[in-house]
Amino acid sequence: MTYPDDRRYTKEHEWVRVEGDIGTVGITDHAQHELGDIVYVDTPKIGARVDQGKSLGSVESVKAVSEIYSPVSGEVTEVNGILAQSPEKLNQDPHGAAWLVKIRLSAAAEITNLMSAADYQSYVGAES
Amino acid sequence: MAEAAALKRTPLHAVHRSLGAKMVDFGGWDMPVQYSGLLDEHHVVRRAAGLFDVSHMGEIEIRGREAARLTDAVTTNAVAKLKIGQAHYSGLLYEHGGFVDDILVHKVADDHFFLCVNASNQEKDFEHIRAANHYDAQVEFASDRYAQLAIQGPKALAILQKLTPVDLGAIRYYWFTDGTVSGTPARIARTGYTGEDGFEIYVAPAEAARLWNEILEAGREFGIKPCGLGARNTLRLEATMALYGHEIHASISPLEANLGWIVKIDKGEFTGRAALQKQKASGLRRKLVGFEMRGRGIGRDGYEVRIDGVPSGWVTSGSPAPSLNKNIGLCYLPIEQAHTGRAIEVMVRNQPVEALTVETPFYKRVNPS
Repeated sequence: MTYPDDRRYTKEHEWVRVEGDIGTVGITDHAQHELGDIVYVDTPKIGARVDQGKSLGSVESVKAVSEIYSPVSGEVTEVNGILAQSPEKLNQDPHGAAWLVKIRLSAAAEITNLMSAADYQSYVGAES
Repeated sequence: MAEAAALKRTPLHAVHRSLGAKMVDFGGWDMPVQYSGLLDEHHVVRRAAGLFDVSHMGEIEIRGREAARLTDAVTTNAVAKLKIGQAHYSGLLYEHGGFVDDILVHKVADDHFFLCVNASNQEKDFEHIRAANHYDAQVEFASDRYAQLAIQGPKALAILQKLTPVDLGAIRYYWFTDGTVSGTPARIARTGYTGEDGFEIYVAPAEAARLWNEILEAGREFGIKPCGLGARNTLRLEATMALYGHEIHASISPLEANLGWIVKIDKGEFTGRAALQKQKASGLRRKLVGFEMRGRGIGRDGYEVRIDGVPSGWVTSGSPAPSLNKNIGLCYLPIEQAHTGRAIEVMVRNQPVEALTVETPFYKRVNPS
C-alpha cells in the first residue's frame, strides 16, 4: 500500500487533506484493514465543533466498534452521505470516495502535528 | 515484537502468516481472525466449506478402570449413555453450579475418554479434574499431542472424503472414528461450532501443516477457503452455541444458559449437582435469551439491557448476522422477562436502541445431515 502524499496522517490512522481552509478527513487503508468488514459509520452532524485528537465519531465493523479521532479542530461543513447507505465503501476506497467529513479548520497550524505519508508508512510498517 | 513473542502459537502459525491472515491475540494465542474477510469466510462456510485451525483448543485424556466414573463425576451430561465412538457436549462445574468450562466428551473405549476443552481454560480444567480424581483413573494433559482442524460447511464431507478411506457418511452427528486422513492417524469427529455439517479432526501437530494444505487443495474444486476466528464467532452466534467467557462463566449455571439439556440431574452425584437441584427447586432468577436489533446499532458483549427504562440485564454476545441480514445477540434477563416477543432496549454507547427478544437458534441449516 502506498499512502498518498497530498495529506497528513494521525497515529490513530485518520488522514486529512487540506485545500484552502477546508480539511477532508478519512480513515486510512491500514485502519479499514484492521477493522475488517465495516457495517456502520457514525459521523457528527454539519455544524458540529470538533477538536484535534478528540472523538469525531465511530466506525463499527462486524467484529467491533472503533472511535475515530479528529485530525484537526474546526467545524464540520459536510458529511459524506454515501457511508450511511454503503458503509462497505470504507473498506473499498478509504482514501478516495469514502472520506468521512469536511472540516473548516480553526487552527490550520495544527497540521504540523501530523505525520507525512512517508512517516505514516514507516509507522504502520513498524506496527504490523 | 516482545509482546507478540509471548503469545502461544499453533503448529499452523507459519501457514497462517504465509496466507496473509490477520492475526490477533486470542486468549494468549496468536490466532488468525480472518484471511479473505470475515463476511466472505462466513458465507463460504454456509454455502461451501471453510477450514479452521482450532489447534489452540485443549485436549485432556482420562484413562483407567474407573475412567467413566471420574468423567461422570466431574461433568453434567450422562457419560453412561455414551457408546464407544460417540461424543457429547457437557459442562464442567464448580460446586456452586457455575461453569469451569464447556467441553466435548468423546468415549474412545470403556476405559478411555477424550475431552476437547477451551484453549484458555485447559490448565484450569486439568487441575479441576485431577483434584476430583478419587478413582482408579489417570488424567493426562494431552494438548501438546494434538492439532485440531475443523472443516465445516455443506461440502465438508465431499472434500474430506477425498483424503480418507473412512466412510464419512457413516459417521453420524456427534459420533467419531479413529482412522487416517492423508495417511496420517486422525480422530475424525462429526462435530463443529458453526451450525453447518462438518468434521473436527485431531492429528499429531507435526502433520497439521501438511494436512491443512492437502485439505485446501482437495477442497479447491468445491470453493473451500481458510477461515478465521472472526467468522467462527458469527457462525456460532447465528447457530446459538455458547462461548465461554460470554454466555457462560463461573457465575452462570447451565440452567440459566439454556443448557439444561446437558444436565442429567438424575444420573447420580456430580460436582455442582446440589447447587443445580437447589436452583431448580427455588426457580431461576435469570435466563439467556436471543434478541434482534430493531433500531440502528449492534448490541455488543457487556452492553446494558433495559426494559421500560429500567436496567435489567446485559448482552453476552452481539454481532451482525451475515446469513440473516440483521443484527442479533444474546442477553441475560430476569426470568419473568425472559420470553420471546418482549421489547427491550440495548444501551449502545449510552443511547437506548430498540430490540426484540426472539426464538433461538437464530439460524438452522436447511440440509441437516
